[in-house]
Amino acid sequence: MTLLITIIAALAATVVWYASEKRDTYKLGTLSLIFWGASFMWLMDFVFEYAELKAEYFNQEFADILNDSLLGLAVVALGLAAWIVVLLIKDPKGVFKKRFTKSE
Amino acid sequence: MACFTVPAVEAIAVTAVYIAAKKKEKKNQLPKVAQGSTLAKEEPSITWSKRLSWLLALLWGGVLLLAFEHFWHGEIVPFPPFLTAMATPEDTAEMLHEMATVGVSMAISVTALWGVICAVAQAKVRSIKKALAKGNA
Repeated sequence: MTLLITIIAALAATVVWYASEKRDTYKLGTLSLIFWGASFMWLMDFVFEYAELKAEYFNQEFADILNDSLLGLAVVALGLAAWIVVLLIKDPKGVFKKRFTKSE
Repeated sequence: MACFTVPAVEAIAVTAVYIAAKKKEKKNQLPKVAQGSTLAKEEPSITWSKRLSWLLALLWGGVLLLAFEHFWHGEIVPFPPFLTAMATPEDTAEMLHEMATVGVSMAISVTALWGVICAVAQAKVRSIKKALAKGNA
Protein backbone atom coordinates (compact mmCIF):
# COMPACT_ATOMS: atom_id res chain seq x y z
CA MET A 1 0.00 0.00 0.00
CA THR A 2 2.88 2.40 0.74
CA LEU A 3 4.25 1.81 -2.77
CA LEU A 4 0.82 2.25 -4.33
CA ILE A 5 0.06 5.50 -2.45
CA THR A 6 3.50 6.91 -3.32
CA ILE A 7 3.06 6.05 -7.02
CA ILE A 8 -0.37 7.75 -6.99
CA ALA A 9 1.22 10.84 -5.38
CA ALA A 10 4.00 10.80 -8.02
CA LEU A 11 1.46 10.55 -10.86
CA ALA A 12 -0.67 13.36 -9.39
CA ALA A 13 2.39 15.61 -8.93
CA THR A 14 3.49 14.90 -12.53
CA VAL A 15 0.03 15.76 -13.91
CA VAL A 16 0.01 19.04 -11.93
CA TRP A 17 3.59 19.79 -13.15
CA TYR A 18 2.53 19.24 -16.78
CA ALA A 19 -0.72 21.18 -16.55
CA SER A 20 0.48 24.17 -14.53
CA GLU A 21 1.93 27.28 -16.15
CA LYS A 22 3.73 28.10 -12.90
CA ARG A 23 5.64 24.80 -12.69
CA ASP A 24 9.04 26.52 -12.34
CA THR A 25 7.87 29.12 -9.84
CA TYR A 26 6.42 26.49 -7.50
CA LYS A 27 9.16 23.90 -8.10
CA LEU A 28 6.58 21.29 -9.12
CA GLY A 29 9.27 19.28 -10.90
CA THR A 30 11.10 18.82 -7.60
CA LEU A 31 7.88 17.61 -5.94
CA SER A 32 7.26 14.96 -8.60
CA LEU A 33 10.92 13.84 -8.57
CA ILE A 34 10.79 13.39 -4.77
CA PHE A 35 7.84 10.99 -5.13
CA TRP A 36 9.25 9.21 -8.22
CA GLY A 37 12.57 8.61 -6.44
CA ALA A 38 10.80 7.02 -3.46
CA SER A 39 8.46 5.05 -5.77
CA PHE A 40 11.35 3.47 -7.68
CA MET A 41 13.19 2.59 -4.46
CA TRP A 42 10.09 0.91 -3.00
CA LEU A 43 9.47 -0.80 -6.33
CA MET A 44 12.86 -2.53 -6.00
CA ASP A 45 11.98 -3.48 -2.41
CA PHE A 46 8.69 -4.95 -3.71
CA VAL A 47 10.48 -6.92 -6.48
CA PHE A 48 12.81 -8.59 -3.97
CA GLU A 49 10.00 -9.34 -1.50
CA TYR A 50 7.76 -10.69 -4.26
CA ALA A 51 10.59 -12.93 -5.54
CA GLU A 52 10.85 -14.40 -2.04
CA LEU A 53 7.16 -14.68 -1.08
CA LYS A 54 5.48 -15.01 -4.51
CA ALA A 55 1.65 -14.78 -4.33
CA GLU A 56 1.81 -14.98 -0.53
CA TYR A 57 2.95 -11.34 -0.63
CA PHE A 58 -0.62 -10.24 -1.41
CA ASN A 59 -2.21 -12.25 1.42
CA GLN A 60 -1.85 -9.66 4.14
CA GLU A 61 -3.74 -9.14 7.36
CA PHE A 62 -6.13 -6.18 7.49
CA ALA A 63 -4.07 -4.63 10.30
CA ASP A 64 -0.92 -4.75 8.12
CA ILE A 65 -2.76 -3.15 5.18
CA LEU A 66 -4.07 -0.41 7.47
CA ASN A 67 -0.60 0.22 8.92
CA ASP A 68 0.93 0.36 5.42
CA SER A 69 -1.81 2.77 4.26
CA LEU A 70 -1.19 5.08 7.21
CA LEU A 71 2.53 4.92 6.46
CA GLY A 72 1.78 5.80 2.81
CA LEU A 73 -0.23 8.85 3.83
CA ALA A 74 2.48 9.92 6.29
CA VAL A 75 5.08 9.53 3.53
CA VAL A 76 3.03 11.77 1.20
CA ALA A 77 2.75 14.38 3.97
CA LEU A 78 6.53 14.22 4.55
CA GLY A 79 7.20 14.53 0.80
CA LEU A 80 4.98 17.62 0.66
CA ALA A 81 6.73 19.05 3.74
CA ALA A 82 10.14 18.50 2.10
CA TRP A 83 8.90 20.29 -1.04
CA ILE A 84 7.63 23.24 1.04
CA VAL A 85 11.04 23.50 2.74
CA VAL A 86 12.79 23.56 -0.69
CA LEU A 87 10.28 26.17 -1.88
CA LEU A 88 10.83 28.41 1.16
CA ILE A 89 14.63 28.12 0.93
CA LYS A 90 14.77 28.88 -2.82
CA ASP A 91 12.00 31.50 -2.46
CA PRO A 92 11.35 31.79 -6.21
CA LYS A 93 8.77 34.57 -5.79
CA GLY A 94 11.14 36.56 -3.59
CA VAL A 95 8.61 36.77 -0.76
CA PHE A 96 11.24 36.87 1.99
CA LYS A 97 13.43 39.32 0.06
CA LYS A 98 10.49 41.70 -0.39
CA ARG A 99 9.46 41.31 3.23
CA PHE A 100 12.90 41.90 4.72
CA THR A 101 13.99 44.72 2.41
CA LYS A 102 10.73 46.68 2.69
CA SER A 103 11.41 50.08 4.26
CA GLU A 104 9.50 50.62 7.47
CA MET B 1 16.90 -2.78 7.39
CA ALA B 2 19.29 -0.21 5.88
CA CYS B 3 18.85 -0.52 2.11
CA PHE B 4 18.37 3.25 1.74
CA THR B 5 21.96 3.92 2.88
CA VAL B 6 23.28 2.85 -0.56
CA PRO B 7 21.30 5.55 -2.46
CA ALA B 8 22.22 7.95 0.39
CA VAL B 9 25.93 7.41 -0.32
CA GLU B 10 25.24 7.98 -4.04
CA ALA B 11 23.30 11.15 -3.17
CA ILE B 12 26.27 12.53 -1.19
CA ALA B 13 28.65 11.80 -4.09
CA VAL B 14 26.28 13.36 -6.65
CA THR B 15 25.88 16.46 -4.44
CA ALA B 16 29.67 16.97 -4.55
CA VAL B 17 29.70 16.56 -8.35
CA TYR B 18 26.74 18.97 -8.65
CA ILE B 19 28.55 21.67 -6.65
CA ALA B 20 31.68 21.26 -8.81
CA ALA B 21 29.63 21.39 -12.05
CA LYS B 22 27.79 24.50 -10.88
CA LYS B 23 31.10 26.26 -10.08
CA LYS B 24 32.57 25.31 -13.46
CA GLU B 25 29.50 26.59 -15.33
CA LYS B 26 29.61 29.89 -13.43
CA LYS B 27 33.30 30.27 -14.34
CA ASN B 28 32.60 29.59 -18.02
CA GLN B 29 29.66 32.00 -17.98
CA LEU B 30 31.76 34.98 -16.78
CA PRO B 31 33.87 35.56 -19.94
CA LYS B 32 30.68 35.42 -22.07
CA VAL B 33 29.03 38.06 -19.90
CA ALA B 34 32.16 40.23 -20.19
CA GLN B 35 31.96 39.97 -23.97
CA GLY B 36 28.25 40.82 -23.82
CA SER B 37 27.33 37.77 -25.84
CA THR B 38 24.95 35.97 -23.45
CA LEU B 39 21.76 37.20 -25.04
CA ALA B 40 23.04 37.35 -28.60
CA LYS B 41 23.34 33.61 -29.19
CA GLU B 42 21.20 31.96 -26.52
CA GLU B 43 20.41 28.42 -27.66
CA PRO B 44 18.13 25.93 -25.93
CA SER B 45 20.29 23.52 -23.91
CA ILE B 46 20.32 21.58 -20.66
CA THR B 47 23.34 22.19 -18.44
CA TRP B 48 24.99 19.39 -16.46
CA SER B 49 24.11 21.09 -13.19
CA LYS B 50 20.43 21.07 -14.25
CA ARG B 51 20.60 17.36 -15.11
CA LEU B 52 22.34 16.58 -11.82
CA SER B 53 19.72 18.58 -9.90
CA TRP B 54 17.08 16.12 -11.20
CA LEU B 55 19.13 13.16 -9.96
CA LEU B 56 19.60 14.89 -6.60
CA ALA B 57 15.84 15.41 -6.18
CA LEU B 58 15.22 11.74 -7.05
CA LEU B 59 17.90 10.44 -4.67
CA TRP B 60 17.43 12.76 -1.67
CA GLY B 61 13.62 12.54 -1.95
CA GLY B 62 13.74 8.75 -2.01
CA VAL B 63 16.29 8.55 0.79
CA LEU B 64 14.28 10.89 3.04
CA LEU B 65 11.01 9.01 2.57
CA LEU B 66 12.63 5.57 2.95
CA ALA B 67 14.49 6.68 6.08
CA PHE B 68 11.12 7.71 7.50
CA GLU B 69 9.67 4.30 6.61
CA HIS B 70 12.55 2.61 8.47
CA PHE B 71 11.93 4.88 11.46
CA TRP B 72 8.21 3.96 11.33
CA HIS B 73 9.11 0.26 11.46
CA GLY B 74 11.57 0.80 14.32
CA GLU B 75 14.62 -0.07 12.23
CA ILE B 76 16.19 3.34 12.88
CA VAL B 77 16.51 4.64 16.44
CA PRO B 78 17.67 8.07 17.63
CA PHE B 79 20.51 6.61 19.73
CA PRO B 80 23.66 4.56 18.86
CA PRO B 81 24.05 2.30 16.95
CA PHE B 82 21.08 4.04 15.18
CA LEU B 83 20.31 0.94 13.09
CA THR B 84 18.69 -1.83 15.15
CA ALA B 85 20.10 -4.38 12.69
CA MET B 86 23.56 -3.63 14.09
CA ALA B 87 22.66 -5.08 17.49
CA THR B 88 23.84 -8.63 16.71
CA PRO B 89 26.39 -9.99 14.17
CA GLU B 90 23.66 -12.14 12.53
CA ASP B 91 21.41 -9.13 11.99
CA THR B 92 24.36 -7.10 10.72
CA ALA B 93 25.21 -9.79 8.15
CA GLU B 94 21.59 -9.83 6.98
CA MET B 95 21.60 -6.03 6.78
CA LEU B 96 24.79 -6.00 4.67
CA HIS B 97 23.27 -8.62 2.34
CA GLU B 98 20.15 -6.47 1.96
CA MET B 99 22.28 -3.39 1.24
CA ALA B 100 24.21 -5.33 -1.43
CA THR B 101 21.05 -6.59 -3.15
CA VAL B 102 18.05 -4.29 -2.55
CA GLY B 103 20.11 -1.15 -1.82
CA VAL B 104 22.27 -1.45 -4.95
CA SER B 105 19.16 -2.21 -7.07
CA MET B 106 17.51 0.95 -5.69
CA ALA B 107 20.51 3.09 -6.61
CA ILE B 108 20.72 1.54 -10.10
CA SER B 109 16.98 1.87 -10.81
CA VAL B 110 16.84 5.53 -9.76
CA THR B 111 19.96 6.32 -11.80
CA ALA B 112 18.42 4.49 -14.80
CA LEU B 113 15.22 6.52 -14.40
CA TRP B 114 17.34 9.69 -14.39
CA GLY B 115 19.07 8.49 -17.56
CA VAL B 116 15.70 8.06 -19.28
CA ILE B 117 14.57 11.55 -18.14
CA CYS B 118 17.82 13.08 -19.48
CA ALA B 119 17.49 11.22 -22.80
CA VAL B 120 13.89 12.39 -23.28
CA ALA B 121 14.82 15.98 -22.36
CA GLN B 122 17.80 15.91 -24.75
CA ALA B 123 15.58 14.63 -27.58
CA LYS B 124 13.10 17.45 -26.90
CA VAL B 125 15.91 20.07 -26.97
CA ARG B 126 17.20 18.61 -30.26
CA SER B 127 13.75 18.86 -31.85
CA ILE B 128 13.37 22.47 -30.64
CA LYS B 129 16.79 23.33 -32.12
CA LYS B 130 15.79 21.75 -35.43
CA ALA B 131 12.52 23.72 -35.47
CA LEU B 132 14.42 26.95 -34.71
CA ALA B 133 16.95 26.25 -37.48
CA LYS B 134 14.11 25.63 -39.94
CA GLY B 135 12.48 28.89 -38.84
CA ASN B 136 15.73 30.83 -39.42
CA ALA B 137 16.34 29.29 -42.86
